[in-house]
Amino acid sequence: MSGAAAPAAPAPGTITGAAAPLRSRRLTTWGLAAPLGLAYAGFFVAPLLMLFAVSFYADERMTRWGLDQWQRFLLDSFHWKVVADTLLLGLKSVAATTLLGFPLALLYRGASPRWQRALLFVAVMPLLTSVVVRTFAWIVILGREGVVNQLVLGLGLAAEPLRLLQTELGLVIALTQIEMPLLLLPLLSVMARIDPRLLDASASLGASPWRTLFRVTLPLAAPGLAAGCLLVFASSTTAFISQSVIGGGRLVYLPAMIWQQAMVVANWPFAATAAIALLVSVSAVIAVIAYAGRVAAGHAHG
Amino acid sequence: MLFRPSSPAPGQAASLRGHTLDVLGLGVRYGGFTALDAVDLSVRAGEVLALLGPSGCGKTTLLRTVAGFVRQDAGQVLIDGGAIDDLPPNRRRVGIVFQNYALFPHMSVAENVAYGLRARGEARARIAPRVAELLEMVQLGPLRDRRPGQLSGGQQQRVALARALAIEPSILLLDEPFAALDRSLRLDMQIEIKRLQRQLGLTAILVTHDQDEAMSVADRIAVMRRGRIEQLGTPVEVYDQPASLFVAGFIGTTNRLPCTVERSEGGRVALRLADGTALDLPGEAPPGPALLTVRPEQLVLHDAGGPGRFPVALGLALPLGGQAIREALLADGTALRLTEPRLGAIRELGERAFCGLAPGARPALFPRPDSEED
Repeated sequence: MSGAAAPAAPAPGTITGAAAPLRSRRLTTWGLAAPLGLAYAGFFVAPLLMLFAVSFYADERMTRWGLDQWQRFLLDSFHWKVVADTLLLGLKSVAATTLLGFPLALLYRGASPRWQRALLFVAVMPLLTSVVVRTFAWIVILGREGVVNQLVLGLGLAAEPLRLLQTELGLVIALTQIEMPLLLLPLLSVMARIDPRLLDASASLGASPWRTLFRVTLPLAAPGLAAGCLLVFASSTTAFISQSVIGGGRLVYLPAMIWQQAMVVANWPFAATAAIALLVSVSAVIAVIAYAGRVAAGHAHG
Repeated sequence: MLFRPSSPAPGQAASLRGHTLDVLGLGVRYGGFTALDAVDLSVRAGEVLALLGPSGCGKTTLLRTVAGFVRQDAGQVLIDGGAIDDLPPNRRRVGIVFQNYALFPHMSVAENVAYGLRARGEARARIAPRVAELLEMVQLGPLRDRRPGQLSGGQQQRVALARALAIEPSILLLDEPFAALDRSLRLDMQIEIKRLQRQLGLTAILVTHDQDEAMSVADRIAVMRRGRIEQLGTPVEVYDQPASLFVAGFIGTTNRLPCTVERSEGGRVALRLADGTALDLPGEAPPGPALLTVRPEQLVLHDAGGPGRFPVALGLALPLGGQAIREALLADGTALRLTEPRLGAIRELGERAFCGLAPGARPALFPRPDSEED
């Protein structure tokens, strides 16, 4: 291309005339990206580096350097349990949203354009209300006198109200609904792009509907599913409001622990350590999900 | 027009393997739209039958009903005399080559071909040699590990064909398989598919809106229109003896000359064209207004007038190999198309000449419809 763009003996002015717009276009692109780039550098990267630095203060008053906070965090099995609980909560939310969301995505794939628009609207609608509102709605639904318990008691399915609030089950139920749009948006867009004739081809070659699902639909939907799972996992492990309001004080997850250390105990170095632990552990799981998605998309056949 | 042996060439023992397909009174409706209207069709073992028609004529619906993707509202589909209506698509053993090939993009060429064998639960040890054999057959052995996205259109079609043939289908359905190929490749693939079909003795149905494709690949053509089969016959029959005005217009190029049938007796018809020229043709027709449909090659130009010749003004000529397609205007302004040999004297644009039927030409005659239809 460059050979074609630079003829053998052009007038000098031609070259600068051709090259200058290219350079200025590149500058313009950078210029347009600069505001956000600078904001990220100033308000995200820099604080993150400061967070790292703070975690290496040995004492609460931040007077000397040392690995004391890291030792305290890593040597206490309670903290490991909090990390494990947090990651497990994320995985349970991913599992629940996937099990409920994937069939909906299959329904969406086969629906007419009009129904697709309707389903998409239903899927996105929760995003139009605040997380706080949705979380409090779940208190009304899951509480002792809530809708679920009234129904269970009314039907005589249980003698006493079920305990749903302040249990992990209740929290996973609420997070499933709250995080569902994050799974559905990428999944539905990938699903809509799968050529229906591929499914016809699979059937005509003798594949049962289940075989078609696992050999054709799922591998082709894998990138969208992985993106959705990744968002749900990242969002539910760090869902401080839902975790605190529905989980209550007895279920401790990393975000609540960070908040408590920073705001209640005022131990900033330890809060910073816990924050980095959250960041690293969540990123690790996300890397695994993303890798699994790529593998599924690339090699899920056989 | 085309030479076509009606019986299979010698050494075609494999043709015994072909299966028959019968469609009885098949009806499919989408809401208020009738896609198929009581269609009857018998496809013989080992033949290629083309479903030819404009879009919306029901040819694709017929194909999808045979494949099991569309459930009919009425009628039956039988393979070798047995009804398959209650079988889901995956148990019909009907091979399909789709218009866009529908290759699995996440699988290699070999995996695409092996897909049907694996779905059938074939042992791994038997799949590998079979896939190799199929890829050899479509000359794609060296490309077995490529992804479909890395192949050309023609190569993709070969993969689609090998994949469909892998399950040893009782019927092979070809859904506009050549539409996405460019012209030169199209002819190669038509020959290739025809060769494989003959070699394997397959019964095949080709859906197409391209009459040349139907003419060159099919043993018989079913011309469809508005959910019905308008005519079923060999390419030569359909071309030379169109059963309706629609078929005459859809297959090949046709000139429609309004005329009046004056007498019909003793196997000959006397008719008069709009400008008063009298013609005498073999055949029978009820007296009254009619349309004479004349192929371009059934007309010849003369320098002098005479019986059965009518004056025309010459229009443009498009050279087409050995012949030229010439446009000629009748006195009332109607444009005719006729073929003219390019040898001999070249006639000029605007020249006057006389046009008559070629010796032995038997143009088709239809009663004139009250309102002109498509």
